[in-house]
Amino acid sequence: MFDFLEGYDLLGAFWVTVQLTALSAVGSLIWGTLLAGMRVGPVPLLRGFGTAYVNVVRNIPLVVIIVFTSLGLYQTLGVSLGSDIVNTTNFRLAVLGLVAYTSAFVCEALRSGINTVPVGQAEAARALGLSFGQVLTLVVLPQAFRSVVGPLTSVLIALTKNTTVASAIGVAEAAALMKDMIENEAQLILISAVFAFGFVCLTLPTGLILGWVGKKAAVKR
Amino acid sequence: MTELSVTKDVAPPAGDALVALSHVNKHFGALHVLQDIDLTIARGEVVVVIGPSGSGKSTLCRTINRLETIDSGSITIDGKPLPQEGKELARLRADVGMVFQSFNLFAHKTVLENVTLGQIKVRKADKKEAEEKARALLDRVGVGAQADKYPAQLSGGQQQRVAIARALAMGPKVMLFDEPTSALDPEMINEVLEVMQQLARDGMTMVVVTHEMGFARSAANRVVFMADGRIVEEASPDQFFSNPSSDRAKDFLSKILHH
Repeated sequence: MFDFLEGYDLLGAFWVTVQLTALSAVGSLIWGTLLAGMRVGPVPLLRGFGTAYVNVVRNIPLVVIIVFTSLGLYQTLGVSLGSDIVNTTNFRLAVLGLVAYTSAFVCEALRSGINTVPVGQAEAARALGLSFGQVLTLVVLPQAFRSVVGPLTSVLIALTKNTTVASAIGVAEAAALMKDMIENEAQLILISAVFAFGFVCLTLPTGLILGWVGKKAAVKR
Repeated sequence: MTELSVTKDVAPPAGDALVALSHVNKHFGALHVLQDIDLTIARGEVVVVIGPSGSGKSTLCRTINRLETIDSGSITIDGKPLPQEGKELARLRADVGMVFQSFNLFAHKTVLENVTLGQIKVRKADKKEAEEKARALLDRVGVGAQADKYPAQLSGGQQQRVAIARALAMGPKVMLFDEPTSALDPEMINEVLEVMQQLARDGMTMVVVTHEMGFARSAANRVVFMADGRIVEEASPDQFFSNPSSDRAKDFLSKILHH
C-alpha cells in the first residue's frame, strides 16, 4: 500500500522542516524579545521602530517575505548569507524570512504577557535601584514569559507549518517533497495523509509538552 | 539654618536635613494633588504622614524616590537634587528603601532571592555574602524560616516583613513606607509595626504614610497631617493628637479616634 514511498527521502525532508523550525524558533524568540523590549522601553525612537516593524511585517503574507529574501536580498542585492552553495543560501534566507515574520507575533504575545505583570513588580525593582534593562530582564520578562507559554506554543506550531512556504524558494523541506511526489505518483490522498500525519507528529507533542511546561512555570500570586 | 522656624514644635536638627522638599507641586490631570509642599526630614527622624484618602500622602511618599515625577519645586536627598531617570537616579534609589502597601515581592523569586537581588545586581555584592546578610535580616524581621519559600506561600504580614528586609538589604539612608499595613489582616498588622518600631528605635530615618495612629503616637518624632494636597499641620505626636490646631485635623481625628 505504501509502495509509492520508495525512492523518496521522507525522513530527510522532515528533518529539513525540523531544522527550519528550530532555527527560526530560536531566532524569532530572540528578535521578538528585543522588539518587545523596544516597544515597552523609554526610548521613543526604538518604541516607534518596534511598533512600525510589527505592524508592517505581520500584515505582509509570509510567502511575499520569503520570496523577497530570495528575489530581493539574494538575487538583486547579492546577500548570500555567507555561502556559495545555492541550497544552503536558500535555507538560510528562508530562516531569515521566517524569523523576521514570526518575531512580530512573538513580540505581541510577549507584550501581552508583560501587561499581566503587576505594575508594582517593576516599581519595586526600580525602587531597589535596578536599571531599566535589569528591571526588564530580571523581574518583568521572566514573569511575562511564564504567562505566555500558551500563546507562544501556538506561535511555534504555526511556525512549524509555515516552514512549508520555504519550498517557494527551493528549500527541500517536507512540502517540497510532497509536491514532487504528487507530480510523480498516483496515490494523491495517501500522499496528503502521510504528510499531514508527519506534521501532526511534530506539532502535537510540542503542544502537549509546552502545555505541561506552561502549567509548571506559571507564577503563583 | 536661620530659615528654620523656632516656632515649630519639633525643629529638626539644623543643617542635617536628609530629605528636603521645597515648593513641590504635582497634578494628575486637573487634580492638583500636591500643592506647594515644603517638608524637611532630618537624619534619624521618623516622620509619620497621616490624612484622609486622596489627600496626596501616598503621592508625596512616592515622589521622594521619583516613582512619581513632580511638576515644579525641588526634592533633595542628602543634599543632592533628584536626577532625571537614568543611572544617577537608580544609584540614588538604591539608597532610599521603599515598602509598598501591596508588598510587591518578586513573585517568581524565593524570599531569599528577593532579598539578595538588589545586593548582587545593584551593589555588586558577592553572592555568598549577600545570602548571609539576607538571612541575618530575615531572622531580624522574624521570617528566617521562610527563606526558601515563594512569596505566594507566605501570609501578608510575613510578606511585608520580607519586603522590609529586602529594602534594608540595600543599606538605605532613609526608608519610605507607603501604607505598609493597609492591605493586612488586622491580626498581622502588629507583627509589621513591631519591626518598624524596632527600626525607628535603631535610628533609621523613616517617612511613614499610615492610618495606624498608635504607631504615629509611639514611634514618630513628628506628625505631618495632609488634606487636599496640602500639609495642613505639622506637630509632635503628643501635640497633634491631644491638641490639634487646625479644624481639618480636629475633624479628621474626631472621626477616627472614637471607636
